[in-house]
Amino acid sequence: MQTEHHLPARAAAPYDKAFLQRVMERMLLVRKFEDRVSLLFEQGHMHGTTHLCAGEEGTAVGTGMALGQKDYMLSTHRSHGQTLGKGVSANAAMAEMFGKATGTNGGYGGSMHIADIECGALGSNGIVAANAPIACGAALALKLRGETDRVVAVYFGDGASNAGAMHESMNLASAWALPVLFVLENNTYGMSTPLYKTAADTDLTKRALPYAIKSFEVDGNDVLAVYETVRAARAYALEHSAPALIVEHTYRTSGHSKSDDNQYRTLAEIAAWEAKSPIARFGEVLLANGFSPKELQALETAAERAVDAAEAYARKSPSPRPEGLERAVFAD
Amino acid sequence: MAREITYAEAIKEAMCQEMRRDASVFLMGEDIGGYGGAFGVTKGMLAEFGPARVRETPISETAYVGAAVGAAMLGMRPVAELMFSDFMAVCYDQIINQAAKIHFMFGGKVNVPLVIRAAAGGGTGAAAQHSQSLEALYCHVPGLKVALPSTPYDAKGLMLTAIRDNNPVIFLEQKRLYPALGDVPEEAYAIPFGQADIKRAGGDVTLITYGRMVQMCLEVAAKLAPEGISAEVLDLRTLVPLDMASVLKSVGKTGRAVVVHEAVAFCGVGAEIAAGIVDSPLFGSLKAPVKRVGARYCPIPFNPALEENNFPTPSGIEAAIRQTLA
Repeated sequence: MQTEHHLPARAAAPYDKAFLQRVMERMLLVRKFEDRVSLLFEQGHMHGTTHLCAGEEGTAVGTGMALGQKDYMLSTHRSHGQTLGKGVSANAAMAEMFGKATGTNGGYGGSMHIADIECGALGSNGIVAANAPIACGAALALKLRGETDRVVAVYFGDGASNAGAMHESMNLASAWALPVLFVLENNTYGMSTPLYKTAADTDLTKRALPYAIKSFEVDGNDVLAVYETVRAARAYALEHSAPALIVEHTYRTSGHSKSDDNQYRTLAEIAAWEAKSPIARFGEVLLANGFSPKELQALETAAERAVDAAEAYARKSPSPRPEGLERAVFAD
Repeated sequence: MAREITYAEAIKEAMCQEMRRDASVFLMGEDIGGYGGAFGVTKGMLAEFGPARVRETPISETAYVGAAVGAAMLGMRPVAELMFSDFMAVCYDQIINQAAKIHFMFGGKVNVPLVIRAAAGGGTGAAAQHSQSLEALYCHVPGLKVALPSTPYDAKGLMLTAIRDNNPVIFLEQKRLYPALGDVPEEAYAIPFGQADIKRAGGDVTLITYGRMVQMCLEVAAKLAPEGISAEVLDLRTLVPLDMASVLKSVGKTGRAVVVHEAVAFCGVGAEIAAGIVDSPLFGSLKAPVKRVGARYCPIPFNPALEENNFPTPSGIEAAIRQTLA
């Protein structure tokens, strides 16, 4: 099985303006959502913990938009972007962050467990690599029912790439010919640890080799390249009823979690990656394709307003009631 | 019509009948196809249902138990076999952090109708990693139902209920009971979860038990009967949900309770039962302290004499009963 290396999308020519705008809108929504969550935590309006994905909008939105409406997606603990990228409502996601009854999970899950089954979001997972086996099962259900027009995408990170569950799952998906897209968001650090300290071979596309899985590799900060790569991998998975590994290289400019004080990297390194953030880069693409600076500014303002609305919706939503918690443990 | 079949055959019959009735039911496990499973429970099922529904898995408990969770979330009804219940420890994340929590954690918007079948218990010379009774662990995790049938009749009816339940069910098959014979109706029938069964009625002392220990308690009760000691044997059948009402009703009648299980006594299910009894209005009317009989606090040893000595014995149960009557 060979690796397909996708070059940066040099031109946006095949896409119409409306599509390009939707891509930017969704990336801006992710960034503004994360900025707001960060602020709300700092101000003490949100409790618990959270894992932000600033800088990873290209992988979240490029992947999410390449998936079909009916495809399933399973996300990591760093799930806000992945979830919004799949099309989950910002209102419901924000309400879940506030632990409200109107949240995606009725306030029972929180940041690490956002799920919206109707939207195909089968759940974020607080346990690293744990969604890979579950994704195999979802794909198995599709296969057993003869639903051959859908795939299951499961995100994991460079940190998770060393977990046994990932390897067992890639083997299982290949042995059973399941249409699972293993989407490896290589965001450069597993919490604070760079990959070279935990793996002798840092070429993550090779993780597909022992399992006879086709792999794809792409610059994750080039949102259109991500979109095209995931579309190609999806088409491959459907055509062959087979899994694929997609390695998307990116960088988390936000800290690991709210307790991260960035001791493991330099401010210069973060600044360098911020300069080549997927939003900044895609802004250049839009300017070269007929968008005016004023239009870009308007998109940013609209995203800010959408997050304002999500926060207002979440704040005025009711909290779940403590009565009957035990009754919620089991399904009828 | 009832006829005698084994405990293993009763479990298989329930699975076959459910698979014929419902296309969403399928099996996964190691060597469950041509080999018929480590204990032969699924023998012949591959021929009837084919490899898509009797799926032989790699030795990847995390992957295939997790896959069972994922398939269940999409409305399938997987039955995953683990050769030995000890192997659940290999994939606790999928059982404890995933299967048990997904319905609750996702706000009730998705169900996980999944059965994990596993051979549990000792007395086979398989030593420390193939003989444990770990049911108390699963009881302690909200979101898992736990069933432990003690007879072929119960095994069939409880398996049917397990498959039809919309939640994860840990179905602990007692490996020493697989060859046990009993009357089992041919037609499908359900035994509801959370209904303990009086396996022998009595008036002086209640033996509260489940699984392999039910038979041992019945033998002890029969032995003591000629002396005029009338022991009631209450088989819990499921631990989650737990039929505490039947326990209290029986102990309310006898005034004495002995809890017997094969699992380690320390922090075992017996502790919960005993606490439930003394924490009830029966407290003042108990005629004796509640006794617990369980395995000793050690891994299961290999030497046959040591192993037998590790588990509850008929003489140990008898001694506990006599203490409550003293």
